[in-house]
Amino acid sequence: MSNFAFNRRVGLIAGIAMSFTAGIGMIENFNKRVLIDPFLLMGYVVLLGIPIMVGVLAARGEPNPLEEPVRDSRAGAIAGLIAGLFAGLLTSAFVLVVDSFEMTEFFPNMRPAMVDITTFGFGVPIGLLVLTLASGMAGALGGFIFGRSESVRRGIAQASVWVLGFALFEGVVNDVLEIDPLLDVIYALNGGLQPWSAMAIGALAWWVSGRFRGRSRALVEKVQSADRWSGIRWGAYAFAGIALLFPLFVLGGIVNELLINVMFFVLLGLGLNIVVGYAGLLDLGYVAFFAVGAYGTAVLTSPLSGVINPELTWWVALPIVLALAAIAGLLVGTPVLRMRGDYLAIVTLGFGEIVRILLLSDWLTPIFGGAQGVRQIPGIPFFGTEISGIDPQFFIYFTMFFVALAGYISYRAERSRVGRSWAAMREDEDVAEATGISTIQAKLLAFVTGAIVASFAGSLFAAKVGVIFTNSFDVLVSIIILVVVIVGGMGSIPGVALGAFVLIGILGGPKSQGLLAEFAQYKLLIYGALLVFMMLKRPEGLLPSVRRSRELHLDELEQDAWLEKGGEFGADESAEAKT
Amino acid sequence: MDGFLWFIRISALITIVVGITGSIQNLMAGEGLSAVQWRDLVISSTTTGLMYGLIALGYSMVYGVLGFINFAHGEVFMAGSMVGFIAATLLFENGFWDANPFASVLFVLVISMITSTTVAVLVERIAYKRLRNSPRLIPLITSIGVSFFLQYAFAGLFGVASQSYPPAPGALSEDVIIFGVPVQGTRVLVFVVAMVSMVGLWYFVTRTKSGRAMRAVAEDKEIAGLMGIDVDRTIVVTFAVGGAMAGVAGLLWALLFRVVDFQTGFLPGLKAFTAAVLGGIGNLPGAMLGGVLLGLFEGVGPLLVLDGLGIPAVSQLKDAVAFAALFLVLIFRPSGLLGERVGSEDRA
Repeated sequence: MSNFAFNRRVGLIAGIAMSFTAGIGMIENFNKRVLIDPFLLMGYVVLLGIPIMVGVLAARGEPNPLEEPVRDSRAGAIAGLIAGLFAGLLTSAFVLVVDSFEMTEFFPNMRPAMVDITTFGFGVPIGLLVLTLASGMAGALGGFIFGRSESVRRGIAQASVWVLGFALFEGVVNDVLEIDPLLDVIYALNGGLQPWSAMAIGALAWWVSGRFRGRSRALVEKVQSADRWSGIRWGAYAFAGIALLFPLFVLGGIVNELLINVMFFVLLGLGLNIVVGYAGLLDLGYVAFFAVGAYGTAVLTSPLSGVINPELTWWVALPIVLALAAIAGLLVGTPVLRMRGDYLAIVTLGFGEIVRILLLSDWLTPIFGGAQGVRQIPGIPFFGTEISGIDPQFFIYFTMFFVALAGYISYRAERSRVGRSWAAMREDEDVAEATGISTIQAKLLAFVTGAIVASFAGSLFAAKVGVIFTNSFDVLVSIIILVVVIVGGMGSIPGVALGAFVLIGILGGPKSQGLLAEFAQYKLLIYGALLVFMMLKRPEGLLPSVRRSRELHLDELEQDAWLEKGGEFGADESAEAKT
Repeated sequence: MDGFLWFIRISALITIVVGITGSIQNLMAGEGLSAVQWRDLVISSTTTGLMYGLIALGYSMVYGVLGFINFAHGEVFMAGSMVGFIAATLLFENGFWDANPFASVLFVLVISMITSTTVAVLVERIAYKRLRNSPRLIPLITSIGVSFFLQYAFAGLFGVASQSYPPAPGALSEDVIIFGVPVQGTRVLVFVVAMVSMVGLWYFVTRTKSGRAMRAVAEDKEIAGLMGIDVDRTIVVTFAVGGAMAGVAGLLWALLFRVVDFQTGFLPGLKAFTAAVLGGIGNLPGAMLGGVLLGLFEGVGPLLVLDGLGIPAVSQLKDAVAFAALFLVLIFRPSGLLGERVGSEDRA
């Protein structure tokens, strides 16, 4: 078998990845964070996590859908070792180059500090050997684990996830537990888990994974198969609701801000989901409608806005703003939606830029304040009180209500006549048109609905922050909303919510930090890579909508049907008829 | 729907006509730019446009062959100019840059062409190749991801600060007199290099075997494959040639504007796409023509149209005008100037 060549190849790819993370300064930056006191630093977790993963890949061998991979921990460890050694060799070569030449003039991160960290402080000749060996061992570990039985693998995975989770989200755990003696036991003084508390958490997680194995799935299945109105189903809903609301009661101010941010992105994601997920139109200027909503509200409500200054209340301004966004959507959509789908992406991107440039320009400064932005935007009057960013808790509830509303509307829309015509259009536009669907109208409807949702989010945003500047409406925002939708799952409402929670909550939004502040500098890099990765490996997203995922894997489904029929040639027509 | 489209068309036309009349009145009144300033503006816009054209070629070729917009093409261009920056700076520090201006420009040109080609081909191999048969949204979203990944990978490697290219070597920074008009040397270089590349590309596409294969694949992938053309290889060649053109543009851009950073590729990339649509996407002379027209449009347009509407500080709106051009094209002639009819399968 050409196992060696395969192992070498994945090893070298891993080596490139390791060198790249080192070259962009990621390892160095992450190493400022201690995960397990005193030895496990976050940068090393990333650096050696790559060979571990590659060890698993090498042990699995070349992917072959027809065969289950052979699980043998010895052979796996050897394969992983080879891959890891190659990864380590390549990285060492890279570190050697960085050490030998002065490159900081062009590559600011390729500096002696990086060499020092990647060689584990041993300096060049010895440290390179250490790096190579460490990488080889990490690869062997990955391959070894791959060869173990399922319960062991599950236990290790659970244990490492929990330990890493406790270590990474130290701040959150601190906020929630608030029992100082206990915290002192878990965490070391200068950050990071205590070694033995890490072991305890890992052991506990392992035990739990063994104890409750399969039961959670059984529970999910029970809930899913339960009657629509039965108690167990409502119990599950109630539990999910409480689990969602729970953080609000226990978490501190920083996390509140974060949650508001996440809520905004859920709302925006739900809106974009109608455009991208349901209608299959790629809108890259989505932030422009968000800006229309925010600036519209600001100008209409703030006492300090320029020429146009009606000082309306938020509730009066809202319908005007939504109507404006709808008109903007019509203006952009009408000429473009009759063209090929991909033109829309660029035109909307251009539209987003036009809006931003216009908002910044001297020409419209009297209205929108230019670089100064609009200040003193009042909050939302609500039965005698005012909802604004000053009381984040209340604002979260308020936003959550609209998120739920948007989710419900999306849910109903997908199952309505319009939703069915969107689905038909996505699958085959010509056939859809032939069955009497006016595709242009259906597209326009999706586009305008998306625009309205975005402007609504913008309106809330303006009321929350109180002062808006153009830099909140960068192209990046559109792209990040797109990443949220794609990673969560196109066309899937829970998926979009999950995507927003994971990405915005953990990695951070366009201007805000997530729970892992270390990632702030690299989040856009990660978002780009995630987009590519998801498209290549899992285009349907993390929590896929059943229908969308079927469309995306049509080929494979046909292939499966063909194989089931015995794989005879000529059988595929009948299989096709079946699907 | 059609009525609404006509409404948009007519309002766009009226705006333009009113703007131009206003500007002409301003000119009659002796306000605004002098004749010499207009001439210089046209020259500089044309050279900028030529660079858009060079980038647009890559969009157009990939579009012609694979039928999708390679969003990351702007970053391919950026990659060329960023790596070219290293070479240029090293040459400059050695004193070679000023001593042998043409040799060093040629050297840096080769470096940035190689870089851009490599990046373009790698992206195709790693990301796009596996998506040949997936629904059309998928490669498009992938290319957006690639674009952002490349941008921030370069930001990570090179840092986020702008890098300044060494000043153009002596002979290039002086003015050259052409037909009695002084033109900056770098702009002449841009013109010459763009023309040479264009002719080279034309020769490649029409006269060589690979070029013929490319046209055949653009016509129909399946049948081209049946005729014994290695479709995969041809697609790689397409990306490589498009990348090389972007590399040329990358160096020229850097020589002309002298500042590059990781976001250098974004706006020119977007505008180059506009240029490709303007000229008729898939049509190579059209891409070049579209580039020049777009350059003129964004250079002269704000002064000619917006100024007449009484809008202050029009030069701020340059980029907005360029994108508005895309709208206008799609409203009035979606197939582009030299493009063929928009067939049913193109409308998807």
